[in-house]
Amino acid sequence: MTETEKGKAEKTEIIITGFGGQGIILAGRILGKAATLGDHRESTLVQSYGPESRGGACSAQVTISDSPIPYPYVRNPDILVCMSQGGYEKFGGLLREEGTLLIDRDLVRMGEDDRPRFAIPATRMAEELGRKMMANIIMLGFLTSVTGVVSPRAARDAVAESVPKGTEEMNITAFNKGFDHGAALLKGRRKKASGKTGA
Amino acid sequence: MTKPAVLTGEHFMTGDEAAAEGALAAGCRFFAGYPITPATEVAERIAERMPQVGGTFIQMEDEIAAMAAVVGASCAGVKSMTATSGPGFSLMMENLGLAVCTETPCVLVNVQRAGPSTGLPTQGAQGDMMQARWGSHGHYDLIALAPASPQECFHLTIEAFNLSETYRVPVLVMTDEIIGHLSERVVIPPAKAIKTVSRPRAKGRKDRFLPYKPGPRGVAPMAAAGEGYRIHVTGLTHDERGYPVMTVEAQAEMMDRIMGKIRNNREDIIRTEAYRLDDADFVLVSYGVSARTSLAAVDEARELGIRAGLLRLVTPWPFPEEKIRALAGRVKGFVTVEINLGQMHLEVERCAGGRAPAYLVGHPGGTIIPPESVVDMLKRISGRT
Repeated sequence: MTETEKGKAEKTEIIITGFGGQGIILAGRILGKAATLGDHRESTLVQSYGPESRGGACSAQVTISDSPIPYPYVRNPDILVCMSQGGYEKFGGLLREEGTLLIDRDLVRMGEDDRPRFAIPATRMAEELGRKMMANIIMLGFLTSVTGVVSPRAARDAVAESVPKGTEEMNITAFNKGFDHGAALLKGRRKKASGKTGA
Repeated sequence: MTKPAVLTGEHFMTGDEAAAEGALAAGCRFFAGYPITPATEVAERIAERMPQVGGTFIQMEDEIAAMAAVVGASCAGVKSMTATSGPGFSLMMENLGLAVCTETPCVLVNVQRAGPSTGLPTQGAQGDMMQARWGSHGHYDLIALAPASPQECFHLTIEAFNLSETYRVPVLVMTDEIIGHLSERVVIPPAKAIKTVSRPRAKGRKDRFLPYKPGPRGVAPMAAAGEGYRIHVTGLTHDERGYPVMTVEAQAEMMDRIMGKIRNNREDIIRTEAYRLDDADFVLVSYGVSARTSLAAVDEARELGIRAGLLRLVTPWPFPEEKIRALAGRVKGFVTVEINLGQMHLEVERCAGGRAPAYLVGHPGGTIIPPESVVDMLKRISGRT
């Protein structure tokens, strides 16, 4: 992640991975759309397109930048989102050292890997909402609040524009669930951190 | 449901989708095709959109028939297109030649994938560049454009129609799986800001019409089938009337016309784009997705103190021979960057004519070339390693 003086990332590379069918590509598309059309930045999406997009470890590579992106492939992401064990195993090693790892807590077992991570039971939460297939949108909300890589408004607009007609409200609810979960997690961490310094 | 042909606004879409939208904006109202990865999304989008604009989409039994239908529809006066890849491109070669010989405007989008044969159906390459030039039998000239982004897939598909209609020649849009499936910002301008060109139309007495009598720029006005003009369309060598004439003289005259209208208008047709070329010692020559790699490599090499520049071929065909010849006199070397094992490289080498060395950063196909491969080559030939 290249930092500008303001501390805002000038270029962020993201890989979202999971099973084909989980809506991984759609999540990538919404993210790119939010960055491009909502936040008026540059973005590219390279989607995996082989048989993996129909069941195997599939991935969406998204780059978001303030300047044009000549080379759209992501090799070492700043942010890695894993929604399946296979995806974690295939892409986990690519994350940059200071990168941010997000996982679906119930679907990814990290074993001895003790890297910091942001974990959310996205699929379980989606099931509780009555639509397992909205796990990707919950994850997108979570990603938005935890990383701030796109603005919440741009993300919500892109969600509403990208999901099937008639499901917009339901998907925004799912997005908000993920977003709030992330916000609560961050708040908890901040509290803990300030507690440690004795403030 | 009626929707506008031009979806004015800002979009986040793939190259395939953008090519489809470009076609509609150019006035294309007939598409015949056969689904094939990674060009299927062009057909998919067009299949959805054609009925909204009063056009026709037809899925044919194979690519041979698809190309035939495109030639036929264009003869009937409708701007026509197909999209294909890999083996489908091979199957279209015969009727591509028919379009050349009958001087029928049409556009063929080739979303290149790695070959030969079935190859890597879901992975990109730029291996059809020489097939684009020479794939149909006999000697001929045509025009090929190479978009480097979804935005260009939109604009250059419009340009392809305009060139095709101006010169009555098939025009190839040589994109690839990577650009075809890449999503990026695509800005579609208002309809009235889009320049579209239609073929020169037949005028005068319908019974005295000569369908292959050249007009301005060497291009004959075209009558649509059913308009009442006397026309005869054949793939046999023909005279101004369109009648078959099996003589050496008729062959020479026809060839002179179909080659001449491209060769004599090279300046109007050829498009290149220069990046940091003015003081460059080493010139990258590239097109399509590999031009993006090259763009990144130029900046990286400059940071290392290597004066690199990029000549991007917007129209690989006709090849900008004069540009390469002019550069060959003052640069230290050319590096062609392409996802094949040396195709446009041969043209660069030919035009450099030994006055500057020509190197290749090629790839057998399946992925984009990383900028490091190009920077490594530049380091090597500039003596930095």
